[in-house]
Amino acid sequence: MGRITLDQVSKSFGDVEVIPPLDLTIEDGEFTVFVGPSGCGKSTLLRLIAGLEDITSGQIRIDSQDATNVPPAKRGLAMVFQSYALYPHMSVRKNIAFPMKMAGIAQDEQDRRIEAATTALNLTDYLDRRPGQLSGGQRQRVAIGRAIVREPAAFLFDEPLSNLDAALRVGMRLEISELHERLKTTMIYVTHDQVEAMTMADKIVVLQAGVIEQVGSPLELYNTPCNRFVAGFIGSPKMNFLEGEAAAKYGAHSIGIRPEHLNISTDEGAWKATVGVAEHLGSDTFLYVHPEGNEGETMTVRVDGEFAVRHGDTVFLTPREDLIHKFDAEGLRIP
Amino acid sequence: MARSTTTQRKALNTAFAWGIGLLIFFPILWTILTSFKTEATAIADPPVFVGFEWTLENYTAVLERSNYARFLWNSIIIAGGSTILGIIIAVPAAWSMAFVPSKRTKDILMWMLSTKMLPAVGVLYPIYLLFIKLGILDTRVGLTIVLMLINLPIIVWMLYTYFKEIPGEILEAARMDGASLREEVIYILTPMAIPGIASTLLLNVILAWNEAFWTLNLTAAKAAPLTAFIASYSSPEGLFYAKLSAASTMAIAPILVLGWFSQKQLVSGLTFGAVK
Repeated sequence: MGRITLDQVSKSFGDVEVIPPLDLTIEDGEFTVFVGPSGCGKSTLLRLIAGLEDITSGQIRIDSQDATNVPPAKRGLAMVFQSYALYPHMSVRKNIAFPMKMAGIAQDEQDRRIEAATTALNLTDYLDRRPGQLSGGQRQRVAIGRAIVREPAAFLFDEPLSNLDAALRVGMRLEISELHERLKTTMIYVTHDQVEAMTMADKIVVLQAGVIEQVGSPLELYNTPCNRFVAGFIGSPKMNFLEGEAAAKYGAHSIGIRPEHLNISTDEGAWKATVGVAEHLGSDTFLYVHPEGNEGETMTVRVDGEFAVRHGDTVFLTPREDLIHKFDAEGLRIP
Repeated sequence: MARSTTTQRKALNTAFAWGIGLLIFFPILWTILTSFKTEATAIADPPVFVGFEWTLENYTAVLERSNYARFLWNSIIIAGGSTILGIIIAVPAAWSMAFVPSKRTKDILMWMLSTKMLPAVGVLYPIYLLFIKLGILDTRVGLTIVLMLINLPIIVWMLYTYFKEIPGEILEAARMDGASLREEVIYILTPMAIPGIASTLLLNVILAWNEAFWTLNLTAAKAAPLTAFIASYSSPEGLFYAKLSAASTMAIAPILVLGWFSQKQLVSGLTFGAVK
């Protein structure tokens, strides 16, 4: 079991309040991603749940037990760190066995769990190596192995993939998702990468300056972002925002339109624009265009497949009316 | 062209370093040489370097007259004991300063170091009286405690710089893995800091071994270490340079050997953290 409830939890460092009081419930077995720009308090929030930082006020409950003053060692949670935080003086086997040794688990049970974990993580050949002799991806697997064997109530991941190169990152992302499917254990995953958030999460928590902006499934956030910040943060490439006349037509202070929701044509459309940079990827074409009368602005357009235009060409854009997001002067969504 | 200048430079640097090294080593070399001379050659003017008749008579004389083994044993107990005691106290102190620093940690570190700037003789009187009151004058226990306290700031500083280099996340990982504070220190921190602890140990054994002010002032006969052994051959005996040198050589020999074999450790320990 691993249901985690935060009740009016806040955190201050000295006089600086980094997390104003917030409420959040993470259901058992859920894959929850905390996402937000750097310094938004997502890692701090994770560390509060882990117990590595003390909360300033409020209450944390794990499976309806008050865990607010329980030390990290006794919370039954496992954590995977960005730097892997392996014990450099221990072999892979000893690293993985360490939490079980601390828990006083019998030797034969330890061996059985190490065997199971290392087989699943492809680490059987490296059991006697030291962390210094492993590649980044292997180290990350050892860190995950060390987290699995103790059979925690929940896994906490603190930007676990940000030290890996791009190709490895995609692979590990799949592995972690697979792991979640198999174990069905609660996982809380911190990242600044919205692609990781979208692809892995059951539930995304978008944070900004310590405040939860929105909680929802990836597609809820994509389809109905509750404010401009979430709208701009979720989705890649970023949503285009228009203010002034174009927005007033829709009865809004500003409107947002995703790059993939703009129809493009070389002969006619709602807005005339000049093509700036054009990225032809084969599968998609990304165009960075400057709308007529407002050349300082850049709008991003994503077209499926190839769309043969070049720098300086004129194109016409038409937004798909049903997919326009409207926001008021405070940046809140207008339904 | 560029290559030849670097080679020349290298040669110059090497020669310079050797010069400095020999200059520093010369007094020790001279002591060792003198210890193998007769008293007459020892005071010869101009001094004789190698062309003299080598003799062991000073060593026999010194060994006959004083109980070298007892002084040596006292030195080992005092130097070893004060270092081990110091490490036991300094590991938790350095741990807390490195990993849970407070606003005052830096000040405390500086304050501890500042005690080393006080001339020792300034506190001789109070400490001497304290020793009499506690009945530990001329005891190994008393000296062990004093030398431990004298060197504690250095031990704490060295361990502190070492611990600072250990990533905090690794200790946090241990905490998440269910380790108590004690287990964290025993299984994670100490093994990772072994090189640092080892060089701290070594340096402090050397410092305690060579410490002469307190060992001479707070001992008479029972607890006297090798420093007192050397001192007993100086002034009251008149000009017995050869015997004094023999005693000195015997006193520094163990620590010289220890230092020679562990110089790599020592250098890496002393320069640790300096490059980062």
